[in-house]
Amino acid sequence: MLDTIGVASAEDLFAHLPAETRVRRPLAIAPGQSEYEIVGYFRARGAENASGYASFLGAGVYNHYRPVLVDTVISRGEFLTSYTPYQAEISQGTLMTIFEFQTMICQLTGMEVANASMYDGSTAVPEAAMMAMRITGRDHLAVSRAVHPEYREVLATYLQHQDTRVAEFEYDRETGGIDFASLERALHSNTAAVIVQSPNFFGLVEDVKRAAEMAHAVGALLVVVFTEAVSLGIIEPPRDADIVAGELQSFAIPPSYGGPFAGIIATREKYIRQIPGRLVGETKDVRGNRAFCLTLATREQHIRREKATSNICTNQALIALMATVFMTVYGRTGLRELAEQNLAKAHYLAGRLPLRFRGSFFNEFVARTNGRTPDEVNERLLENKIIGGLPLGRFYPELSDCMLFCATEMNRREHMDSVAGVFAAEEAYAR
Amino acid sequence: MIRKVREHPTQNEPLLFESSSPGKLGYQLPELDVPAVDPRAVLGEINTRGDIEGFPEVSEVEAIRHFTRLSTWNYAIDLGLYPLGSCTMKYNPRVNEAVARVDGLAWAHPYQQESLSQGAMEVISALETALAEITGMDAVTLQPAAGAHGELTGILLVRALLASRGDARKKVLIPDSAHGTNPATAAMAGYLVVNAPSNERGTLDLAALTQLVDDDTAAVMITNPNTLGVFEEQITQIAALLHSKGALVYMDGANMNALMGVARPGDFGIDVMHLNLHKTFSTPHGGGGPGCGAVAVKAHLEPFLPTPRLQRKDRGWSWDYNRPQSIGRVRAFYGNFGVLVRALAYIMAHGGPGLRAVTMDAVANANYLRKLLEPYYDLAYRSPSMHECVFSDARQAKRGVRTGDIAKRLIDYGFHPYTVSFPLIVHGALMIEPTETESKQELDLFAEAMISIAQEAEENPDLVRSAPHSTRTARVDEVTAARKPIVRWTREAAKNN
Repeated sequence: MLDTIGVASAEDLFAHLPAETRVRRPLAIAPGQSEYEIVGYFRARGAENASGYASFLGAGVYNHYRPVLVDTVISRGEFLTSYTPYQAEISQGTLMTIFEFQTMICQLTGMEVANASMYDGSTAVPEAAMMAMRITGRDHLAVSRAVHPEYREVLATYLQHQDTRVAEFEYDRETGGIDFASLERALHSNTAAVIVQSPNFFGLVEDVKRAAEMAHAVGALLVVVFTEAVSLGIIEPPRDADIVAGELQSFAIPPSYGGPFAGIIATREKYIRQIPGRLVGETKDVRGNRAFCLTLATREQHIRREKATSNICTNQALIALMATVFMTVYGRTGLRELAEQNLAKAHYLAGRLPLRFRGSFFNEFVARTNGRTPDEVNERLLENKIIGGLPLGRFYPELSDCMLFCATEMNRREHMDSVAGVFAAEEAYAR
Repeated sequence: MIRKVREHPTQNEPLLFESSSPGKLGYQLPELDVPAVDPRAVLGEINTRGDIEGFPEVSEVEAIRHFTRLSTWNYAIDLGLYPLGSCTMKYNPRVNEAVARVDGLAWAHPYQQESLSQGAMEVISALETALAEITGMDAVTLQPAAGAHGELTGILLVRALLASRGDARKKVLIPDSAHGTNPATAAMAGYLVVNAPSNERGTLDLAALTQLVDDDTAAVMITNPNTLGVFEEQITQIAALLHSKGALVYMDGANMNALMGVARPGDFGIDVMHLNLHKTFSTPHGGGGPGCGAVAVKAHLEPFLPTPRLQRKDRGWSWDYNRPQSIGRVRAFYGNFGVLVRALAYIMAHGGPGLRAVTMDAVANANYLRKLLEPYYDLAYRSPSMHECVFSDARQAKRGVRTGDIAKRLIDYGFHPYTVSFPLIVHGALMIEPTETESKQELDLFAEAMISIAQEAEENPDLVRSAPHSTRTARVDEVTAARKPIVRWTREAAKNN
């Protein structure tokens, strides 16, 4: 090969690089290791993390069973090692699964159009907000404080140079749901969107219909966020929303210390040209056979450059495929049954703990600790090999005596009884 | 002659919704160990949904056949060369997949106690350190989820630094050869995009750039090697120019595969850059993600990095949220951790010397293809090629055959096409990046196919123009797809068909 190129060594191919750009020493990275050593290293790292614990953490990342079929499908090299399906003739497999994904997301959310995925739920929120601002030509946002706190942080980062004003409105201190008086005060003739989450960060089901009425009354759009996709198996989807932005981690995507996950944006047909990210459409090939291809690319950065609807390019295709396989395996009856199990488990645990809010909840709820701090309760639970709930003081100073618990189909009754036992003991001790 | 492939049947398969039958199941849940609750009672009638209309109902074997049949309609690296320029489609080692599934890593919850997350934090730290060494930069954030997300992070960092000096500035300069994400990103960060022209060598025109850089310039976004596969030989002068005006230099590191162990952006004047771990560091592209757009910076940008940052204390790793100058979070939690595990495994497998060898081989492979194809296709620029080479379709266009046609004909020869019609500064571009993981045999087969197509363009241009001929799906009507978008299946539409 070098003879053909006409050089004595590959080094010569770099001879034109100016001397001052060259690195004159070897990289300080240890020499290559064998597969055996690499597997050993990562097993050791895994062992340094929690292992063998029961967990009651949720807060945007949920512990659900992953059907074996999911990894079987995504491990096929034809899905795993293919590129973005720009060449439709040899990418029909990926394209058709994305079309199925878009369809299932519409069925699930009650929307008419869904894109091929966003990075995750947290980045889907600012993309939905910017979409609403493009549609309405307005630049104010009203955001519920019961939207995931980290999602709101990401929203603030994205919008810091967009001349956008973000007004946060309160949750009701009794119910934990939207404080509608506070929402009313946040609304404005220049409000582009009202952003709520349901079930909200506290696990509570929001009155989406009323939020929609109030948003629409001032000509704003309603953006509904979800972090727990399994809830859509049993909870009425946000049909009154204009844009739905969500996270699919619950659909067979491993927690993996926070990613990779898959976000979605779904909306009404009339807003299709304002949706960010990739879209797959159905068409025909020249022989008249059904075919699929990426479509409406004129919204995207590789065509429109600085006028694109977003800069997003690579998204989360393989992770979206995990969710697609999950939705296929559970299907029409299974997703509902799974949701019912989550509902039952969470209500069993909630029935044994002091609840902070009285709104309806799905598989997460806020418990109040009496006497002990949430961290102290969690220390006791760890002694029983149980990872407890998320202490909320870090995000909500007014809830520093509260913790967010999640129970899914993976949580067994005996562990829930242990949690209740620790709570009762701590309370007795504090008295 | 077509040597790599011959035709074989693939199976037909309808959409899941069309093959569903009521009552079919592919799952079984365990018996509930707690009392069931009535959803209507606890959620309220109005909040309880009915049936999920249209959702799939198939058995387990139907599900696996469905996805397996669909998979056979895809091309993939596992089937052969995938020469997409600037996409770096290299082999994805399977040990990376195995280690990403280690229980303690795959099932780690981002909010579990730090004392129970030390292994995950150690992995993040080890990867940050390795990427800083490879790039010659001082600090790395792994939070961005993909290249474009890394670009946004990087430009927000630039803006934050300039704003801290009381001068956020208004413009970002972007070469005309740049990837489309660069201008889209600058716009998202609130900057005005100004186009910077290339010269006859295919590199940034320093004289023109000198005219463009002024006191309102925040940064230049440069790709090096650029999208023509050409090293920006005046990069240190460019950086000095920008710095002399108080502006910064952003580097799109999409093409880092050309530089490992050879040249480090931190040594040639770059202030901030992103890396695509799903390109250079072998994490699988997965049909369009997930990726990771790690961002590496010099020390003066470190205070502005996204929160939280890892810090080492006596008792081990912890997350530092007290970062008053930070641009904020760009993503919930800590990034695409599963992708980070894979990238670190790749770096460990190669080590410092191995990464340098990767770059040597990648550049040698590209130059080998360039040499073999040069007699048949017009080289866009004569400048030395790094990891990719760009031709134009000028010669074939005279026979009515365009780059898109040649690309489609390559499919008949058993190859995925190169990158078509990009970079935009080359009319009818063929952008070819073989990567280091291809053997001489595979490269020779590819060159043979390209040469054969060049001959077909002369002798039988219609054969090329109507390609592909051997695929189960022929050329797709993308115009109708965009004019009347059908982006989901509905029962009503299906009935009307």
